Amino acid sequence: MTFSLAKFILDAETWKMILVNGISETLYMTLASSLIAYIIGIPLGIILVVADKGGICSHPKLQMVLGTIVNLIRSVPFLLVIVIAMPITRLVVGTSLGSTAMVIPLAIAAAPYVGRVVESSLREVDAGVIEAAKSMGASNWQIIWKVILPEAKPSLLIGAGLAVTTILGYSAMAGIIGAGGLGSYAINYGYYRGNNAMLWINVILIVIIFQILQEVFMKLAKVSDKRIR
Amino acid sequence: MAKGDPIIKLDKLAKEFQTSQGAIKALDDINLEIKEGEIFGIIGLSGAGKSTLVRCINLLERPTEGEVLFEGQSLSKLSPAKLRKARQSMGMIFQQFNLMAQRSVLKNICFPMEIAGVPKKDAIKRAKELLAMVGLGDRENAYPAQLSGGQKQRVAIARALATRPKVLLCDEATSALDPNTTKAILELLKKINQELGITIIIITHEMDVIETVCDRVAIIDKSHIAEMGTVSEIFSEPKSVIGRQLILGESVEHIEFENGRMFRIVFDGHSTYEPILSNLIMACKIPVSILHAAIKDINGNATGQMIIQVPDNDLDIAKMLHHLKANHVPVEEVRNYDV
Repeated sequence: MTFSLAKFILDAETWKMILVNGISETLYMTLASSLIAYIIGIPLGIILVVADKGGICSHPKLQMVLGTIVNLIRSVPFLLVIVIAMPITRLVVGTSLGSTAMVIPLAIAAAPYVGRVVESSLREVDAGVIEAAKSMGASNWQIIWKVILPEAKPSLLIGAGLAVTTILGYSAMAGIIGAGGLGSYAINYGYYRGNNAMLWINVILIVIIFQILQEVFMKLAKVSDKRIR
Repeated sequence: MAKGDPIIKLDKLAKEFQTSQGAIKALDDINLEIKEGEIFGIIGLSGAGKSTLVRCINLLERPTEGEVLFEGQSLSKLSPAKLRKARQSMGMIFQQFNLMAQRSVLKNICFPMEIAGVPKKDAIKRAKELLAMVGLGDRENAYPAQLSGGQKQRVAIARALATRPKVLLCDEATSALDPNTTKAILELLKKINQELGITIIIITHEMDVIETVCDRVAIIDKSHIAEMGTVSEIFSEPKSVIGRQLILGESVEHIEFENGRMFRIVFDGHSTYEPILSNLIMACKIPVSILHAAIKDINGNATGQMIIQVPDNDLDIAKMLHHLKANHVPVEEVRNYDV
């Protein structure tokens, strides 16, 4: 009875597909590729900061080479990253189709972006605090682990919210390589078949997931920040 | 602890920075000996090179020429690991305190001990003792954002002392603080010097700081040491141009009396026992010359007049007139000695 309106819009089978498969596949692609992107992006961001001119481990040539690579990858449109990355995807996953296959191009496109987001967070750490740590005899590793990363924590969490939600948006293109997720349902079952209910329900669910992820990271950042009285 | 042996010696120290406009010499031919147990002040105007100098002492800046000798050992010849070890014997505090905002007060003080590999339990015990010593025993769980400037500097001092250093470097440590807080921090530094025997090097642009706590002082100007000596020597008889400027005030070096203006001050009896002229000079910081004075003692009250000349500067004259009026001393401008 209470399901009558829902039934009227979509049948039970379709609801199950969206709510179970759609959401879990979207979350899987987003979170798995975010994780890989951060595994690459955090060291990348650290090097971009410490190797910069005036950084604690200045190495301007390395910094420039890495910066250029990051800019090059970031300037390739994501749709084309999916296509170009196919050989790598096949090598790593064994296939270039499906949700797991989507994780690879997502991670490749997101890693340099995450690198830049991490870089900008780490640059916010007060140079005076780093100088103070140096004056106490801290090594560069100790400065990175005990000063720069912990001091940048709230900003890193805000950056993570930004990165993860951006990756969520990109994951909607997964339909191209036959992967699932809310985005591809919206296009394949909604747009191409002219089923407006299917289109809008998926869009609304993506928006809701986006808001939840964003809020979670903002909350974490706020709770962890000790600068607020 | 024996006073007298040099603990830090700077030998023909020079530092050059490469900029887009070519090389800039921030320090040149700096020779200094800092004795164990003393409070040594380094004063200069901003841009004189004093911050670079203090950073050269613990090699945060590497000198381009010359040597820094710490307990007879050349710091620039040490391996990176040994240099870090040596830095643990030299605490440092800063103008902006430089505390870690995400660590509590107690954990900030533990930080240098973490670096030095002190067991956590011992570190916490020592941090608590230090907090009590700087007068913040009840704030161990506070975060820097919850503290005032003076409290932050106290935490920074406790942190700098955590590894039991022999030397404490203070880079403009009171410049961001109000006069009362400055006084309290200076008292704390003096106490640390006396009770723990730690040698203190203070970099500042404030003459008051030097006067309050320092034993000896070096005046630095345009990358060089202009003069050096005990605080009482330098204050009573500054020899360099910059020394006179810092101690006696800006105007002394540029007196133009040719077109000065003359004023008559009238002593009418009731203001006799105040040193009117010296008060005027100190309050307005203007040079005054006496051209004529005729004072008579009438029943214990001095009555008479005095003609003084001051440089022709509208602002200074306005200050002087205001000061005299406020003290109820009659004054009028005169021309051509029309006494």
